[in-house]
Amino acid sequence: MMTSFLFRAMDARAGIFLAILAAVTILVPMGNLLVPEGSPFHVSTYAVTLMGKYLTYALLALAVDLVWGYCGILSLGHAAFFALGGYAMGMYLMRQIGTRGVYGDPILPDFMVFLNWQELPWYWFGFDMFWFAALMVVLVPGLLAFIFGWFAFRSRVTGVYLSIITQALTYALLLAFFRNDMGFGGNNGLTDFKDILGFDVQASTTRAGLFAASAIALAVCFLICRSITRSKLGKILVAVRDAESRTRFLGYRVEHYKLFVWTISAMMAGIAGALYVPQVGIINPGEFAPANSIEVVIWVAVGGRGTLVGAVLGAVLINFSKTWFTAVLPEVWLFALGGLFVVVTLFLPKGIIGTFSDGWTALRQRKISAEAEAGSGEPPSVPPHSPSAAANVAKPVAPSKPPAPSGAEPQPAE
Amino acid sequence: MSVLKSFILILFMMIGLSGSAFAQGDAETLRPLINELAKGKYAETKSQVEAIAATGNPAATPALEALGKGALFYRKSDGDVFIAEKAGKIYKLTDPLTLEAAGEVGKRDIKKIKVNNSLRRVIRSALGSLTLMAPDPTVRIAAAEAIFKAQDPAGIEALDLALAAEVDDEVRTVMEQARAAAVLNSDLEEAEKLGAVQTLSDMGNRDALSLLSGIEASSEGAVKVAAAKGSKKIEKSIAAWDTAQNVWYGLSLGSVLLLAAIGLAITFGVMGVINMAHGEMVMIGAYVTFVVQELIRTSAPGLFEYSLFFALPLAFLTSGLIGVAIERGVIRWLYGRPLETLLATWGISLILQQTIRSIFGPTNQEVGNPDWMSGAFEIGQMTITYNRMWIIVFAMLVFAGLMLVLKKTPFGLYTRAVTQNRKMAASMGIRTPWIDAMTFGLGSGIAGIAGVALSQIDNVSPNLGQGYIIDSFMVVVFGGVGNLWGTLVGAMTLGVVNKFLEPYAGAVLAKILVLVFIILFIQKRPRGLFAQKGRAVEA
Repeated sequence: MMTSFLFRAMDARAGIFLAILAAVTILVPMGNLLVPEGSPFHVSTYAVTLMGKYLTYALLALAVDLVWGYCGILSLGHAAFFALGGYAMGMYLMRQIGTRGVYGDPILPDFMVFLNWQELPWYWFGFDMFWFAALMVVLVPGLLAFIFGWFAFRSRVTGVYLSIITQALTYALLLAFFRNDMGFGGNNGLTDFKDILGFDVQASTTRAGLFAASAIALAVCFLICRSITRSKLGKILVAVRDAESRTRFLGYRVEHYKLFVWTISAMMAGIAGALYVPQVGIINPGEFAPANSIEVVIWVAVGGRGTLVGAVLGAVLINFSKTWFTAVLPEVWLFALGGLFVVVTLFLPKGIIGTFSDGWTALRQRKISAEAEAGSGEPPSVPPHSPSAAANVAKPVAPSKPPAPSGAEPQPAE
Repeated sequence: MSVLKSFILILFMMIGLSGSAFAQGDAETLRPLINELAKGKYAETKSQVEAIAATGNPAATPALEALGKGALFYRKSDGDVFIAEKAGKIYKLTDPLTLEAAGEVGKRDIKKIKVNNSLRRVIRSALGSLTLMAPDPTVRIAAAEAIFKAQDPAGIEALDLALAAEVDDEVRTVMEQARAAAVLNSDLEEAEKLGAVQTLSDMGNRDALSLLSGIEASSEGAVKVAAAKGSKKIEKSIAAWDTAQNVWYGLSLGSVLLLAAIGLAITFGVMGVINMAHGEMVMIGAYVTFVVQELIRTSAPGLFEYSLFFALPLAFLTSGLIGVAIERGVIRWLYGRPLETLLATWGISLILQQTIRSIFGPTNQEVGNPDWMSGAFEIGQMTITYNRMWIIVFAMLVFAGLMLVLKKTPFGLYTRAVTQNRKMAASMGIRTPWIDAMTFGLGSGIAGIAGVALSQIDNVSPNLGQGYIIDSFMVVVFGGVGNLWGTLVGAMTLGVVNKFLEPYAGAVLAKILVLVFIILFIQKRPRGLFAQKGRAVEA
């Protein structure tokens, strides 16, 4: 009874989320392109780009939530996958510049001409084709995560150790990408992009298109995450999170489950990075900074981990306040962010969504028991609502099913 | 030995004194000799120069130098000799002995003393012998080194004379080396040259190596063979010294890592939490040093030399108290949630950084080095700077002190007990929360004194801690927790490995390689080098 209610509530949450996302996807580009400039409903291109950026951050947060909230892997290096995806996209965009660069070399990007390189390094081959770059956006972070995870999970590196190692990973990449002879533009990174798939990256139509693409990518990844977490696989992930040794003793190959979800998550982060780069117009090694990865974690923590929607909410919320604070009170921002870390971990361990849905559940429970006491005898029927898209995807749980995904209250074991 | 040394020193001082007296008193005897230069042709000038050199009086040096450069003139009216410099239409005269200005004259009143090439050579060797005889040993060494560089065979004679008179062993060695270099460039017979090659191979530094390889290429026969052998020997010894130097750099980097990581290792060992604000404790220690130095500068400049000794306890207390406050205020509420502790302490580190930035500004602050921390000395082919040396010593002292605290005090006993088995320790009546707070304070305090040390070799800015935090983690992860030796071995290994990779891979790549190495190492030993054994670990 209770559980089925919870299930529907979860569906409703996903449905609401997707509906809002769909509305935003349609309204924001329309507000930018169709509504005349003077109108109060006009959305400036700047705002579209900004929101597009938030959406890619939200996707990154979603990826972190998948591994942290559901599998207990606290990654302090997800920005590395994000940045790798971004670099793959950046390389494609660089190749599109062609002869319009400062040095006008048809093949070599400007920084290579500047460094007196004679020919394109082998790893730049193929990036003039979009499909290849798009493939690399997913494959490179995926492969790195797979190799890294293969080693780490097999030898049972867990908890704080794993977090530190992921941080070392992104730090090593940060140092590596700073080097000029890596062939990724060194300190300055890749920038000065001209067009993507033939469209001018500066044009507001392209911006709107990228915004819509980010929103769609977010929606698709959200559905993938939900179908993973609500399947039997998802339950095992939660089991791994809460009692890894016990799960192993029950006969599950814990490392395989972890590796799977870790790699998927890295790929999503890569996609987020690839969508981020054309919108902000630059990718440089700064994206690898360990501080960035930790910031992503706090987005998830604020929104509520193990809720997926919470990760998105947290990312948008914090980044919006960051934009606002750094413009109005730049001094205060680090205090606010630091304070947020402390306050959330101390007083809001379940994040906004977790706390909210706990309160909601408690309220419903009280109402139910009150009604039961009143003697209606019949528990209230759950309000019917249209099955959301998410419900269709996230099916494979037998209708009789037992415990709700304990996703709402993540407490990492250990 | 030291008596002998001081005796020699006194002797030198006397020579020096008498030398200068001699210069003053005998200006009159030197003056006529110099005035003689005005007379006669090249042949006469040559014998006049030799006569001046024979006096061995260094006061004649400027006159000879001017003569070599063609700046020595004589006055037509009285035949007196001056150094003259053209200034517009007139010439400014300078007395060649006293170096005082001696008025100005027109172009017609003076005449240049002419020199030719063979005369210049005579002048050069005369100058060499004069400076080689100078009373000041540093001047003599400089003269010998000049001959070494020029490999001028004309200097051999002067060197022989000087060697005969030389009493200082150090100067003597330099002169012999200079002589060897000159001999190899001369047309003396083979036996002499072989001896010279021997001298140079014993010298064993890079200069000798380049000389010898030059000889090897240009000569033949026995000399070529000897030179080849000599340069091989030098190469070997230089390689050995390079290794030693790398080890030294590695140890010095390792002790910096040790200082930064050791506090982290204690708190991680006891409480199982990683303190992301640890780097900020280091930074605060450095800022305490800065404040102490500022106070001393304004109120008691005489104490500046001792500023670090005042800074140490203050830095320990400041960072330690902040550490206790963090533990009591935040971390104890997160007991049993290590990953969230990580996030909370990261938040604290942001706040601390921004606080310091707001108070002191974002730029680097200047922290001075006391005299005993600056400078360097050499052992063989190795350069050792005092600040690095003292930091190694200091790191070892801190390590030893911490070891004592942990092994010999009741507090250390409790700490170890909690590290090994918290529940059991609690059942035995140890107040584990109190131990937690104290350990956190101790770890932070040590970070503070690490900051005092790091302020001597690094920029003091709000970002100081950030630069060390990842490296410190690596040390702790590599060395394992619960055992200080692990931290020591971890820090030193990482330091030395880093420095050995640097020449081949460059600094950045070396660091990347080390990080990759640690990531791989963790696969093999997930709990570090010196992991704790027992069931408690696999909770």
